[in-house]
Amino acid sequence: MPHDDHDHPHALLPPEPALRVKALETILIRKGLIDPAALDEIIDTYQNKIGPQNGARVVSKAWSDPDFKAALLQDATSVVADLGYFGRQGEHMVVVENTPEQHNMVVCTLCSCYPWPLLGIPPGWYKSDAYRARAVREPRKVLAEFGVTLPETSSVRVWDSTAEVRYLVLPMRPVGSDGLTEDELAALVTRDSMIGTGLPKVPS
Amino acid sequence: MSISDTAPEPVFAQPWHAQIFAVTVALNEAGRIDWTDWAARFSATLKRNGLHRELNGGDDYFGAWLETLEALLVEQGSAASDDVSKLRDQWEDAYLTTPHGQPVRLAKG
Repeated sequence: MPHDDHDHPHALLPPEPALRVKALETILIRKGLIDPAALDEIIDTYQNKIGPQNGARVVSKAWSDPDFKAALLQDATSVVADLGYFGRQGEHMVVVENTPEQHNMVVCTLCSCYPWPLLGIPPGWYKSDAYRARAVREPRKVLAEFGVTLPETSSVRVWDSTAEVRYLVLPMRPVGSDGLTEDELAALVTRDSMIGTGLPKVPS
Repeated sequence: MSISDTAPEPVFAQPWHAQIFAVTVALNEAGRIDWTDWAARFSATLKRNGLHRELNGGDDYFGAWLETLEALLVEQGSAASDDVSKLRDQWEDAYLTTPHGQPVRLAKG
């Protein structure tokens, strides 16, 4: 149990793995194998700059512009790179489109491969054994736990990401979103709707 | 944590999750880790650890990440186990001897 902070004689000791990480970091920096400034920049980037808002821009553009959508489904990697979304874990991206007949859902059964440039760092549940094992085995049940119930007529296709190919779901444009601007549409696109475990928000 | 826990969460739940992530990405950027190889090694660790119990996507996940990176760096000769243990102890010592509120730094060594 952490004790009361006020009378602490010394700095709070971080947990064991944190000390081991610090040890590794110190060794690698001393050997000149990594640059401490680069570490800060990487953390700042993933904490503050890259996130589902990037993917939402791509989705709202696809909803608004049929040519863009066609190109996106054809070759997502170069199309999103043109928007400035490229880099690590985005080397080969594939966009899969939801239709009334088919709902798509993304998992990485082996570890946690994920389209970082478009969605940032995956949420905890995406990395859990429970999701990784069950998404493939019982996708409808998993979807139900996320509050997504699909009509009987819709099939579910699960895409297993790898270090080489990462998937992004293009959700169906919500009913009642006619006439909205791209910015307004982007606000309807949730992270989970691009993983396939959720649906976009419906305009109020 | 429920599988469908969609409550907002920080990108990194613990500072050390962010640190180990950044160290690994920096090594990848510097050309010292190939990402496909990394994913294969990391998957193997997750699988091994997951045999005994169901892993969560937080500490368990990054614990497996750390284990994988430590083993890889030993194999590469970039960070020997003895050095890691020594530095780990020095950091512990630094925390225990730094007055609360002061920045914790390693003694020059």
